[in-house]
Amino acid sequence: MNTTSISRSGVSRAGSDTALSSHHTIWRPALGLAAVMLVTCGLVYSATVTGLGGMLFPQQATGSLVLVDGKAVGSVLVAQPFSGDIYFHGRPSSVNTDPMSTGGSNLAPSNPALRDRVATESAILTERYQLSATELPVDLLASSGSGVDPHISPEAAALQLKRVAAARSIPADMLSKLVEQQTEAPQWGIFGQPRVNVLLLNLALDQQFPTK
Amino acid sequence: MDVMLILALALLLAWPLGAYMTGIFSGQKHWSDKVFGPVENGIFKILGVKASEGMNWKSYGIAFLISNLVLGVIAFLLLMFQHLLPMNPDGIGPLSWDLALHTAVSFLTNTNQQHYSGQAQLSYLSQGFVIVTLQFVTPAMGLAVCLAVLRGLMGGRNAKDAAEGEERDLGNYYQDTVRAVLRLMLPLAAVVALLLASQGVPSTYQASPTVPVVEQGQSLTEQKIPLGPVAAMVAIKQLGTNGGGWYGPNSSNPLENPTPVANAIETIALVLIPIAIVFMAGGLLRQRGFARMSLAVMGFLSLFCVGAAIYSEQQPNAAFSGLAEQAGNMEGKEVRFGTDLSALWATLTTQTSNGSVNAMHDSLNPVAGLVTRSGMLINAIWGGIGCGFVNFIVYVWIAVFIAGLMIGRTPEIFGRKLEKTEISWLGVLLVLPSAVILTFTAITVAIPAITGNSNPGLHGIAQVFYEYTSAFANNGSGFEGLGDNTPWWNISCVIVLLLGRYLPLVIPLLIAGLLAKKRQIPVSNGTLPLHNLTFGVTLVTVILILNFLSFLPSMVLGPIGEALELTSIAGDLK
Repeated sequence: MNTTSISRSGVSRAGSDTALSSHHTIWRPALGLAAVMLVTCGLVYSATVTGLGGMLFPQQATGSLVLVDGKAVGSVLVAQPFSGDIYFHGRPSSVNTDPMSTGGSNLAPSNPALRDRVATESAILTERYQLSATELPVDLLASSGSGVDPHISPEAAALQLKRVAAARSIPADMLSKLVEQQTEAPQWGIFGQPRVNVLLLNLALDQQFPTK
Repeated sequence: MDVMLILALALLLAWPLGAYMTGIFSGQKHWSDKVFGPVENGIFKILGVKASEGMNWKSYGIAFLISNLVLGVIAFLLLMFQHLLPMNPDGIGPLSWDLALHTAVSFLTNTNQQHYSGQAQLSYLSQGFVIVTLQFVTPAMGLAVCLAVLRGLMGGRNAKDAAEGEERDLGNYYQDTVRAVLRLMLPLAAVVALLLASQGVPSTYQASPTVPVVEQGQSLTEQKIPLGPVAAMVAIKQLGTNGGGWYGPNSSNPLENPTPVANAIETIALVLIPIAIVFMAGGLLRQRGFARMSLAVMGFLSLFCVGAAIYSEQQPNAAFSGLAEQAGNMEGKEVRFGTDLSALWATLTTQTSNGSVNAMHDSLNPVAGLVTRSGMLINAIWGGIGCGFVNFIVYVWIAVFIAGLMIGRTPEIFGRKLEKTEISWLGVLLVLPSAVILTFTAITVAIPAITGNSNPGLHGIAQVFYEYTSAFANNGSGFEGLGDNTPWWNISCVIVLLLGRYLPLVIPLLIAGLLAKKRQIPVSNGTLPLHNLTFGVTLVTVILILNFLSFLPSMVLGPIGEALELTSIAGDLK
């Protein structure tokens, strides 16, 4: 049964010119497949799913922008640079927190350049917070994979609390409450790490304890 | 905890999916025929193929190669001329010819190694149309070849009527490929894409908004938030063992992988189909015992590596010694994932030939670096869609051959003898990875001007070795510090990519075609059982010994040497 169709495959379409028809049966399906797939996967799938996603989740689908007084001030998902004393700071970024050129340091543990960078940062932080180096949370010294990691660990927030409270002349325990509110637990109680979104925390800070 | 939950969910979902795949590829009637049958028939008319018409291994292989060639040429041209084509709101320019060639071949071979930087160098058309299409079709093509090999193991679809030595029907390549895309990839990808969009992965054709930053007076005053039809691409990137992300740093970018739940979905998507294929193979071969043994062998190796990688990343990064608290290695990792979920991803993505990342592999501690490379070199722990299980069958053939020699019997698998011709071809497959990877690594390391790596010392060699390993294994992950967008890197990787994709698929197809034609020997007392612990242990041993023999020296020069180097540095600091 099937064996006969195998031996005929290639010549079964047009009997007259064998060479031409075998040419046909090799190239036509290949071209057809490429065309059909470009249309179904590249156009129909992409457009349908993208449209549907945008319709069902309009806020998330367009970059999770944060609005203050109706104006976008950033994306929840993208770290912003903060350096002043009145703000909490995020993690070191190898790309100056530019979301158009994201990336990590790509330095191996054995690379002296990594050691040098961490040593410099560590010296600055021990000086600023009057702590021994071995008390510094790792995530404040390690650069993130994306360069725009929007989060820091709760420990990294706790470290900065006194400095921010002093700079804004507010009691540390009031600020501590705010940080606690802004701390996210592992998602659905199990996935991922507890974390603080630096942009959201700083925006809440500006709102509750405005500076002039 | 979350690691175990993710793995358990993946296994639990792969089981019914495997049964579904058995149904759609078995040639029997299936409930999904009602939904997809009419569409498929329309497509077969356009293609001019009779889906019922079988192919022998040669026609199957030729159809596979020709359809790849056509798709590759089209992709290359579209990438080359993206600046003249529509859907380019950010006005992105053309790619150099060598970069366009590398990109086309890399996606065609289901590798998705990227020498370009995602959002900055490709237009919406290039990403959403060209690359997404390749990300659907190439895993389907790999799966098709795997199906043909499985049918060959059983003597072909015409095993009952054909005489010994007669050509065997290994299925219809176009039917298999179209079904894999339509009935498997598309529905799964649509679901995953919507789930990801709900978590915050962009899903829009709008141009990217620019926003002023909150604290002004710094070096960066505004941010352009890059958007696009990202969710649609990320879904198939994860499901199709593709790995090529929308953004440069892949799924470590919070826009591509925003939350821990998104990360769980993407991690499950990474291994879902590769695990399901094991269940499917059991169903199609009607060898449940063999499938259980395969699942146990792969599961054991996989879990062992996951454990080692997690342990590795929970150790401090040596460069931080004495400069920060004693805690896990967070360099190149994201706070929302932490060390464990990053190590889990790094292990699975290199085992499955996916190659997407959620943390930077360059900055992993040496043991995890070793794990990632082992996953790619073995390339059969789950493995890429289709090609992973084909590689696994190659290891099974070798193990059967060696076991046969040890007990003094002609090696046979499912009643068909492995003889001289088949063994010679297996020899080619054995030598191929080390010959290709080591040759190119040696040439590149020998000429520092073309190396372009970001790290000195042994890690520099490791970077080069990693790049070619990743290309050959069609993985696509990289030590991103490599300055790899140069003509040398682009072209040498193209060669490695092609050798690593087509020979390891076509040679097993040939062997399966030869095996299929042989007379089937009935099971007897002397038959080597393939479903028990003894064979499982033999197989694990064979897999490990083969890879140790091929790659131990280069591992010593790479991650092992680096680990020793770090120990001595740490000693000096004390």
